[in-house]
Amino acid sequence: MEVRSQRFRFSARDALGDPRLQSALGNIQHGFTERRRQALDALPEFEQLRAHGTAIRDHAIEHLDAYLERFEQQVDAAGGQVHWARDAAEACAAVAGICRAAGARTVTKGKSMATEEIGLNEHLEAEGFTPVETDLGEYILQLRGDTPSHIIAPAIHLKRDQIFEAFQAHHDPALSSHSDDHAELQAEARRVLRRRFFEADVGITGANFCIAETGSTVIVTNEGNGDLTQCLPRVHVVVAGIDKIVPTLEDTSTLLRLLARSATGQDITVYTTFSSGPRRADDLDGPDEFHVVLLDNGRSGMLGGELQPMLRCIRCGACMNHCPVYGAIGGHAYGWVYPGPMGAVLTPQMVGIERSADLPNASTFCGRCAEVCPVGIPLPDLMRYWREREYEGGHQPAAARWGLGLWARVAVRPRLYHALARLGARILGRLGHRRGRLARLPLAGGWTRGRDLPAPVGRTFTEQWRGRAR
Amino acid sequence: MSDAKPRIGLFVTCLVDLFRPRVGFAAVRLIEAAGGEVVVPEQTCCGQPAWNSGDRADARRLAARVIDAFADCDAVVVPSGSCAGTLRRHYPRLFDPGREPERHAQAEALAAKTFELLEFLADERGFVPEGVRFEGTVTYHDACAGLRELGVKQQPRRLLRRVAGLTLSESEGCEECCGFGGTFCVKYPEISTRMVEDKCGRLVASGADTVLAGDLGCLLNIAGRLSRAGHPLRARHVAEVLAGMADGPAIGEPRGG
Repeated sequence: MEVRSQRFRFSARDALGDPRLQSALGNIQHGFTERRRQALDALPEFEQLRAHGTAIRDHAIEHLDAYLERFEQQVDAAGGQVHWARDAAEACAAVAGICRAAGARTVTKGKSMATEEIGLNEHLEAEGFTPVETDLGEYILQLRGDTPSHIIAPAIHLKRDQIFEAFQAHHDPALSSHSDDHAELQAEARRVLRRRFFEADVGITGANFCIAETGSTVIVTNEGNGDLTQCLPRVHVVVAGIDKIVPTLEDTSTLLRLLARSATGQDITVYTTFSSGPRRADDLDGPDEFHVVLLDNGRSGMLGGELQPMLRCIRCGACMNHCPVYGAIGGHAYGWVYPGPMGAVLTPQMVGIERSADLPNASTFCGRCAEVCPVGIPLPDLMRYWREREYEGGHQPAAARWGLGLWARVAVRPRLYHALARLGARILGRLGHRRGRLARLPLAGGWTRGRDLPAPVGRTFTEQWRGRAR
Repeated sequence: MSDAKPRIGLFVTCLVDLFRPRVGFAAVRLIEAAGGEVVVPEQTCCGQPAWNSGDRADARRLAARVIDAFADCDAVVVPSGSCAGTLRRHYPRLFDPGREPERHAQAEALAAKTFELLEFLADERGFVPEGVRFEGTVTYHDACAGLRELGVKQQPRRLLRRVAGLTLSESEGCEECCGFGGTFCVKYPEISTRMVEDKCGRLVASGADTVLAGDLGCLLNIAGRLSRAGHPLRARHVAEVLAGMADGPAIGEPRGG
């Protein structure tokens, strides 16, 4: 996926001025946030579950090498094959190679952020294959030539009439519905996708977890499209980040409980599917081949450093659902696959901080993301990690750097600081004396464009306190 | 409580010092009423703007000054969750326990004795406001750092319940960020303005006539947006009400006379 994170400021401004997007974003609050709250209210032991889940993830990451090897052995033993990919290009090449060997034309896909991350659809199209997204949201985006704006609800930025329009423009009129009624649109997508499921030669899914103990991959969906994607074609390819490793089945069940509640407020997602190798002799269905492409793409670079806690992430989306900045501008403004707080940490690691400089800065550090994270990732601290790298590298805007430097030099000189504070209080106090506030102030346009600046009273606390003490 | 009055260092905060000294004096009155002796060591800023901008060196320099200035206080009290959070949660992380064990230990010691004003009053001193009146309906905005870094939630409500004439009307989303975020509000003014717009809408919907909070940063942001949008809702630091000093002009109101 093309990186547009450099345009963050412009995209954010556009997003704020887009009434349709703003109305769509309103749904997050009453959908995800409220449902998560209800799910947690019904589970008093959530905190223990979270601590347990965090420990599981930490353990897996600390022993990642061993568990990855174990996973590969178990996939082999089940008759499947693991492909190691250092970066997006290697992962795309591996998948295309499998498709070519299978003589594939149509390739169905379950929702997978890892495949968005590596730009798989574009690569497959260039190689002459026809990838078809089967997750309803992803399918709509594919028709519109659009990109996901949320990691679990990729089309959350769209309203129903936009979906109706996309269907009208692309579907065989014989299969079309006649209104933008929710159920009718779903039925229409189902009619169209059903054919595609039967045509497909290869099915590609992501994985929520890769279980080292059994060599299984796990996906959760609410539509069942993942099951049809991986069971009907002759070949099933899983694309997953190396961080998806979980030691055991038991661990997986703990994490599934956390994931569903944190993501959608469900006790359990509607379909939870475990894939363990290709079809065996007495299986009723399943693919002939089972491949797992394990993707690094910057992940191993987080091991052993300050960003390591980010590898715990189970991609539930709770951080963005609760982020007031995401809530104001939506996911596209972040300019790449991963939006919101988790994206503000991951994107700089994967595409480079110089191309995503705004992301870790566009946070008030309100801390809500860390508060709701089911695996306790200290997201504001990790964003601050990137701010430090930017400061060290001189990537911050010159004005901000200069202003901060000047302020810091004054702040370590109390006499100078208080002299300037007294002066500032006098001037601002006089300017704002009549109304008690300032509607405009030179160099403070960022503040005063949207709000007044309450005026100081004229004498600082320090000044008054010293006067009183004497 | 021991016999000798504990020596309480007031960390005024730069915003209170410059914009609303009344909050500092309200804090002094409250700490004294709760049995403390107040001292105000020489101070400037806690260094949060540097720390949150990735400028660790300047943050360390300022932190070291604060640590030294308050070394002989029994406790440090801050009328801001955000600055208190910096002293308590962040200072110890600025000094490596391996390479600078002494500074680190000093930072830990400061962290252990630093309190946000309301938690100091309610939790440390078991303080109850006596004979304080405030006629009106208030709504309380939970400033982010106080709430999430320090767990300040029930303390202001417990204290406000003892103020005669005061009715508390909670607003929807009272725990949601107002969009101030320190340097965030000037770095991303459009996003910040949208956030404070949403916040103000909810505060107004609570039906209160005054919004209270424990952080002046949020209050300047909220008061500035309220007046720009023409809402009659007034904004005050909660310490002003608890100290019985809410008689003067609210934040952003003209001084009478």
